[in-house]
Amino acid sequence: MSPTLSVLVIGALVGASCATIGSFLVLRRMALLGDAISHAVLPGIALAFLFTGDRSALPMVLGAGALGVLTVLLVELLNRSRRLKEDASIGVVFPALFSVGVLIISRYASSVHLDLDCVLYGEIAYAPWDLLYWGAASLGPKALWVNGATLAMNLLLVGLFYKELKITTFDPELAASLGFSPTVVHYLLMSAVSMTVVGAFESVGAILVVAMLVVPPATAYLLTDRLSLMIVLSIGLGMASSTLGYGLARWMDASIAGAMAAVSGALFVAALVASPRHGLLARLLTHRRLARRLSDQLVLLHLADGGRALPLATIERRFGWTRQRLEKAVGRLEKAGWAERDADGVQLTAGGAAAARAAGAAQLAHPLAVTATES
Amino acid sequence: MDALSFTARNVLLGATLLGVSGGVLGCFALLRRQSLLGDALAHAALPGVCLGFLLTGSKSPLPLFLGALVAGVAGSLFILAAVRWSRVKEDSAIGIVLSVFFGVGIVLLTWVQRSPGGNQSGLDQFLFGQAAALVTEDVILMAVLSALVLATVAAFYKEFKLLAFDPEYAASLGLPIRRIEILLTLLLVTVVVVGLQTVGVVLIVATLVTPAAAARQWTERLGAMVLISATIGAFAGASGALVSASAPRLPTGPVIVLVASAVLVASLLFAPERGLLWAALAERRVARRIRHENLLKDLYRAGESRGEPGAFIPVPELMGMRGQSAPRLAASARPLVDKGLAERRGDALRLTGDGLVTAAGVVRKHRLWEVYLTRRLELPSDHVHRDAEAMEHALDDVAVAELDRLLGHPAVDPHGQPIPRPEALAVEGARR
Repeated sequence: MSPTLSVLVIGALVGASCATIGSFLVLRRMALLGDAISHAVLPGIALAFLFTGDRSALPMVLGAGALGVLTVLLVELLNRSRRLKEDASIGVVFPALFSVGVLIISRYASSVHLDLDCVLYGEIAYAPWDLLYWGAASLGPKALWVNGATLAMNLLLVGLFYKELKITTFDPELAASLGFSPTVVHYLLMSAVSMTVVGAFESVGAILVVAMLVVPPATAYLLTDRLSLMIVLSIGLGMASSTLGYGLARWMDASIAGAMAAVSGALFVAALVASPRHGLLARLLTHRRLARRLSDQLVLLHLADGGRALPLATIERRFGWTRQRLEKAVGRLEKAGWAERDADGVQLTAGGAAAARAAGAAQLAHPLAVTATES
Repeated sequence: MDALSFTARNVLLGATLLGVSGGVLGCFALLRRQSLLGDALAHAALPGVCLGFLLTGSKSPLPLFLGALVAGVAGSLFILAAVRWSRVKEDSAIGIVLSVFFGVGIVLLTWVQRSPGGNQSGLDQFLFGQAAALVTEDVILMAVLSALVLATVAAFYKEFKLLAFDPEYAASLGLPIRRIEILLTLLLVTVVVVGLQTVGVVLIVATLVTPAAAARQWTERLGAMVLISATIGAFAGASGALVSASAPRLPTGPVIVLVASAVLVASLLFAPERGLLWAALAERRVARRIRHENLLKDLYRAGESRGEPGAFIPVPELMGMRGQSAPRLAASARPLVDKGLAERRGDALRLTGDGLVTAAGVVRKHRLWEVYLTRRLELPSDHVHRDAEAMEHALDDVAVAELDRLLGHPAVDPHGQPIPRPEALAVEGARR
């Protein structure tokens, strides 16, 4: 496997495994717990390194996994003591653990290759040369195996416990009453997050892990209302972010992990603006359509009330509207064949009178429904 | 000051300034449940620092600070907008700003580093903080900014307080909530930028939240909380700077954070009123009292069924009454014997005269409560025992006397067992 292909595949694996598990974090509003875990695993990695003296994968995964679970436990403990709120619990726990990690590394491990920059923004570019050995035979890049394993684990977890995860995420009370323990599912999920973070940590760094855990799922959340589709979309977005990010990094000759995070952000902004249902543009258009329909109906009902032609100036004065808004509404009514203009002003056609009666009846039945009736 | 080198003095001053301003602003962030906003803003500042350098080509603190300020503001506006106008929740929005802005920052940083002629070494000290690299110019800027922040907080104290506790009420008073919120966020960005060089991106959040969280344990008043928090922040900053100067390879930021965390742990455990240690001790005291009262009552009832409340009861029988192990029963019995409420003969226990009076009091509460539940609340008599088991430990003498009067001084409980009168027993006990 060429180095470029290795990096691409590792990036895609990280993107996919983070997105799978991140979907649930985002839906459960626990995105920042992912952030906390991704920083708090540092002392676990440092301790594993200190005890084994090398950077072999298994002790590091175990050390970091233990610290991840410890983070969740400490945050819960503080929450449950009711002395601190959840955001504050997270905000005090992970910096303390991260500090311990930094101190261990700078006191005892500064001479070796466990350097702090890599911890934060990773060096996926070196991953193809960090090989896994079985005896003397090389099995290929270590990160490939580690992240492949976490992806398999996450897919298995979601596949096996899809129903449980879904119900505890959307309706914890119902889940508890049906006999699914939200606590057990919570810890299962958190263990999976820890393992995923650890797997991805060394190859791409803590910050990209956060980006991959949160950004693609949040993007997918803007695009669909179905959980299954959201997971699939997040995986696709995660893989797209890593691939495009690699291209961007090569083009700019800049940090690969940083570029992957930047691309995921760009995809999020695109969805935020242009998502068909939940995007800002769609919201704006809906808002304008509703406002327009309201203007039309107000003019329509007012003309029906008067029963004769009214000069535009009169309506303008009564409504306190700008001439432009009134002109536009009248123009639309004319186009629909419901109003016509002559020397005396504007008045309803027969069709317009009928439409006004229908709208008036609907309004009597549902006083607030004016905007909802079709014009 | 003579003992300190010039560098160490800069670090000490910088860390203390950061501690005070972070401690003050952290209180408002904590109370508004926005502890992690500081984290996002710190990460968001990185691309601004790089842009500041790219645009001016200088590494003097002011342009870098302005760049960070602009980026921090952009990040916080993004969070506000995403939460307000889309379905994205606040935690996701914070996570997105944090990671994406930081990613962009890293891209810029590495790009600057690799571009020819870009001598930028020193920019990356913003990542982890390098307090030792603080120069006098930095410390002066930090002092000016901290003074500005503190003066603004003092001037808008009332507004910030209302915003922290009751934003709806503040809005109903006609205060411009949005603008106050933006001002507070601006101050937060300023503190974050002040701290970047000293403690680094990751740990800034702790200089805001940890002192405030510790201070919260000591008081219910905002004014006191702000002062305590600033003191803790200054203490952590100063001692962190001194400790890290005392030995090689002890980076300042982590030491500051760990000192503040230690103060937090101590506060959580030992603060009067809210301290977890006091709560645990009180809980243990209650649990012990309940165990003692239960044993007294068991002795009384076992004796009662033999027709003699003061009879010796074999320990195995007592163990069976609540399914207790022998050591556990012995642990409950020992203090009763020591207090002269029970006495021991071989493998059996019995109540002394005093013990009989105390035990009768407990049994009396239990049975009176059963009467109350069946007569007043009309519960069936086979449903009242468990509730009475809990209430017998909670009722005080006044409540018992009132209950007795309310129920017309009943003589027997719903199961037909007599309700003892400790006064009568006291006389009898004295005779024995």
